[in-house]
Amino acid sequence: MPSNLLSIILFTPLAGLLVLLFIPSTQKRMIRLWANIVAAAGFLVSIPLILNFNKDLDGYQFVERADWIPSLGVQYLIGVDGISVLMVMLTTIMGLIAIFSSWDSIKEREKEYYAMFLLQQTGMIGVFISLDFLLFYIFWELVLVPMYFIIGVWGGPRKLYAAIKFFLYTLAGGVLMLLGILTLYFQHATQFGRYTFEISELMKLNLPLGMQQWVFWAFFLGFAIKVPMFPFHTWLPDAHTEAPTAGSVILAAVLLKMGTYGFIRFSLPLLPSASSDKTIVTILAVLSIIGILYGALVSLMQQDWKKLVAYSSVSHLGFCTLGIFALNQSGIAGSVIQQINHGISTGMLFLIVGVIYERRHTREIKEYGGLAHVMPNYAIVFAFAMLSSAGLPLLNGFVGEFTILQGAFDANRVWAAFAVLGVIFGAAYLLWLYQRTMLGEVTNEKNKGLPDLNWREWAVFVPLMIWAVAIGVYPKPYFDILEKPVAQIVHRVHQTANTVANAPAATEAASR
Amino acid sequence: MHQLWLIPALPLAGFLVNGIFGRKLPKAAVNAFAIGSVLLSFLWTVKILLALDPLNAPYVERYFTWIQSGYVNVGFDLGVDRLTAVMLLIVTGIGSLIHIYAIGYMSHEGGYYRFFAYMNLFMFFMLILVLAANYLLLFVGWEGVGLCSYLLIGFYFLKKSASDAGKKAFVVNRIGDFGFSLAMFLIMLNFGSLDFQNVFTKAAANGGGLAPNTITLICLLLLVGAIGKSAQVPLYVWLPDAMEGPTPVSALIHAATMVTAGVYMVARSAPLYNLSPTAMEVVAWVGLITAVMSATIGLTQYDIKKVFAYSTVSQLGYMFLGLGCGAYSAGIFHVMTHAFFKALLFLGAGSVIHALEGEQDLRMMGGLRSKIPVTFSVLLCAAVAIAGVPPFSGFHSKDAILLAAHAHHPWMYWVGVVTAGMTAFYVFRAIFLCFFGTYRGTAHPHESPLVMTLPLGVLALLSLGGGYLDVPHYLAPIFGGAHGEHDEALVVISVAAGVVGIAIAWLFYVVSPGLADGVARLFSWPYRVLYNKYYVDEAYDAVIVHPIRDGSTTVLWRVVDAGLIDGAVNGVGSLARSIGGGLRNMQSGYIRRYAAWVVLGSIVIIAAVSFWGGLR
Repeated sequence: MPSNLLSIILFTPLAGLLVLLFIPSTQKRMIRLWANIVAAAGFLVSIPLILNFNKDLDGYQFVERADWIPSLGVQYLIGVDGISVLMVMLTTIMGLIAIFSSWDSIKEREKEYYAMFLLQQTGMIGVFISLDFLLFYIFWELVLVPMYFIIGVWGGPRKLYAAIKFFLYTLAGGVLMLLGILTLYFQHATQFGRYTFEISELMKLNLPLGMQQWVFWAFFLGFAIKVPMFPFHTWLPDAHTEAPTAGSVILAAVLLKMGTYGFIRFSLPLLPSASSDKTIVTILAVLSIIGILYGALVSLMQQDWKKLVAYSSVSHLGFCTLGIFALNQSGIAGSVIQQINHGISTGMLFLIVGVIYERRHTREIKEYGGLAHVMPNYAIVFAFAMLSSAGLPLLNGFVGEFTILQGAFDANRVWAAFAVLGVIFGAAYLLWLYQRTMLGEVTNEKNKGLPDLNWREWAVFVPLMIWAVAIGVYPKPYFDILEKPVAQIVHRVHQTANTVANAPAATEAASR
Repeated sequence: MHQLWLIPALPLAGFLVNGIFGRKLPKAAVNAFAIGSVLLSFLWTVKILLALDPLNAPYVERYFTWIQSGYVNVGFDLGVDRLTAVMLLIVTGIGSLIHIYAIGYMSHEGGYYRFFAYMNLFMFFMLILVLAANYLLLFVGWEGVGLCSYLLIGFYFLKKSASDAGKKAFVVNRIGDFGFSLAMFLIMLNFGSLDFQNVFTKAAANGGGLAPNTITLICLLLLVGAIGKSAQVPLYVWLPDAMEGPTPVSALIHAATMVTAGVYMVARSAPLYNLSPTAMEVVAWVGLITAVMSATIGLTQYDIKKVFAYSTVSQLGYMFLGLGCGAYSAGIFHVMTHAFFKALLFLGAGSVIHALEGEQDLRMMGGLRSKIPVTFSVLLCAAVAIAGVPPFSGFHSKDAILLAAHAHHPWMYWVGVVTAGMTAFYVFRAIFLCFFGTYRGTAHPHESPLVMTLPLGVLALLSLGGGYLDVPHYLAPIFGGAHGEHDEALVVISVAAGVVGIAIAWLFYVVSPGLADGVARLFSWPYRVLYNKYYVDEAYDAVIVHPIRDGSTTVLWRVVDAGLIDGAVNGVGSLARSIGGGLRNMQSGYIRRYAAWVVLGSIVIIAAVSFWGGLR
């Protein structure tokens, strides 16, 4: 196993992209094939990472360090802990699936399309492995660009509006986050006389609560827009609806997780007093709960299939942020697992919309009905994805939801009670969607004789279905790998602050 | 190790085989896998129970850790004690009979393999539910049976009413799960575990040091879950609609097994309920109200399956009454006898419907006694059992519950007795309308095949003699001995109520058929209220469903999302559009130019940072 494994994982898509540029754009088949090979290679090189990761060690592993801009104290510093390992795996797997699923659906400007996806892969992996804050920020912004083009060029009818909305929203958040980063950077210079963006160095800072709060809100805007948390979510339905299928898949499965990851990796450990400040925690929890209920209720009434799934993302991500701000082991570990689950379930749901969109070129729910009759296999896959998303036990969603809610309950019973309500609505909007699209008689002539899933579509769904069952039945490996890093974060937050609500300290409880 | 896991795994295997390959398999193979797996599961259950006899202490097998996070540690553990043993035998035994019956009943239906795949999946989850050794695994089965119920109610998915009913069942059950989930979190927080043995041991030791209010809250939240699953007031509304499913489903899921899961769960949690008299009182009240309310609705319905559905709700109410009076074993006893006679009622009704080519309206039946004599005689067995006629099965279990109710509050006994009279009336009303008088329909009734009548015969024997399987005695080590004095007078009164009910039905529907309509006209206002089921569905629609639906559309989506938030955003957006005009030029489609933008952007950022850095 090479010592620079992480760099290999990080730059495999980029290297593939460089080769791709030399393939003439008329060689469409070659381009597709090459993009898939690179994506597969990107996944394959990430396998040694999970196999060789030692879950019993504290701190970061596979660390690589090199000076980049020494005068500014910027380093090429990358490494992973249990949380980032999972996110990297999510990225490489979903990247492969997204690229593979584009085989038939993208018919124009293939070269640019796949180039954007590969660039985005590198950007997303970079976000999850950067241990230098500026490096993180560069990757963070880098991701924005390909997604902007993916929506803006290969998107639906209102693609430009959606793309620009997406771009401005997230850019605005990013800029504010940068201000926060720079504040820490200069504070570090003041306190220690050295300029650095290294996260473990910045963690040594001793900031007064007031300043922590300001920086927290700056970070918050960056991360909350990305997640997206209520009320910063309105870019999401548009972006999702207009994006091509694979774009929606990556957006939901990985890109949004950059926001939640940011909270876990930066907000909590760097600003522990602010993160456990009662007011801030309450605001974040309440926004999360509003997101859960609001997303579910608005989903209920959507006329557009894809928009419905998009709003359901708002609801699901609300669970993730609620878990984080429960500030205990169950909440945060559950949140990370739920982020993966959301990637799987919502990824599947978007792929499902993609399948039918390719056949009928409309997303209006009322155009459909009775599809189970015409496309029985499709109906089964959809039912599976729906149940996984609705949190049926023995499928993935339940494990995350239960753990998050349990953590939230420990932190505050009222939050949990409201969040559990979201579970009810979650069942309602999905079942209703299913009923309106799949069940009943085939009422629309155009839907008669639609072909069922082809082998390529099966090949996209089967791995995700297996993954969903695996997490649902045996999630222990995920809990194991998250045990140490989450415990560290929880410990750090609680060690520096005594103001947290009535949650029993996880460490103390574990020793019982 | 006794390989308990095989009990649920066998039907799961049947589900997988039929679910994946069923479409291509011949019917005989589908039958073999579907029925074979359930029968084997039954035999395996019997073998294990014989090996474990006398089963004085719970036997638990622990397989692997399922969820572990912080202090939360939930294992994939299965266990058997005497309570589980009774439930296992009911589920696999009755389940096998109903599966066999379904071969005949479903033989002309499309989606044959799909039906049996769902049924096997249901068996898997139901067996997980009763075998689970902790609350979370019980919840797995709990949700799973709910899913199968949804799938099977909506089995005829071309009918909108069927898929509506399925959805309603699922969502109403989720409301119950809301309570169950919160109860689990509370148990976790206070007992540090969800394992039955851990929780109950701690609870037995001085209530685990918990405040009585906490215990009461846990019990009430669990009860919310049980109310949803077992169709008690106010969450019973899904069960009558669930009759949209095929009749074997109504018999298996919505009469004999799944709907009794709530009763099982409360009985399972007896060590907690025993600590909270308040919660017990609530259980008894809920049961009694449900029993009375649905029995009154049952008096006026004309759909034969709906009559039996309301009867199920009512009988489940009886079971809760028993639980609430502390007579857990009587409640479980009634679960068993009810499984016998109610499964038989539904399957018999199915045989009638089968004979009449789909007719379910009692007004379109009549005089079938001679045309389908086997069906008539088995239904009669079920009817005398449910009416509490001694010495048949229903008499024994109902009697146990009523005696316990008398010991608890004598007035509850009296309400129960009146309900028993109504029960006898509406069941015999259905029997008389169906089998006596002259035939009012147009179909050509024919007796069902042996594959259907054979299970009916077995169930008839169980309905008649099942009362002598002394469940309360068997469960005494878990729940304690008899509750309430055995008072001959009370027994006689409750039997008399049943007989009076039968007699009135005989008078109304056989002796002078016009009389019933006259009575209905005389009490036209209350009759309408009953016939329309107290307008509960309408009330829920008006108070809950419509506000949520309309509020979500107009207020949340159109006003908040599109109006407020996006209004603000689009203010920025119009600015964006002018920028967008510029950005449009960037979309040249040339990757080189895109790459250049990316690099340029990064440079600008780095430059900005260095500039700021330089200022310091």
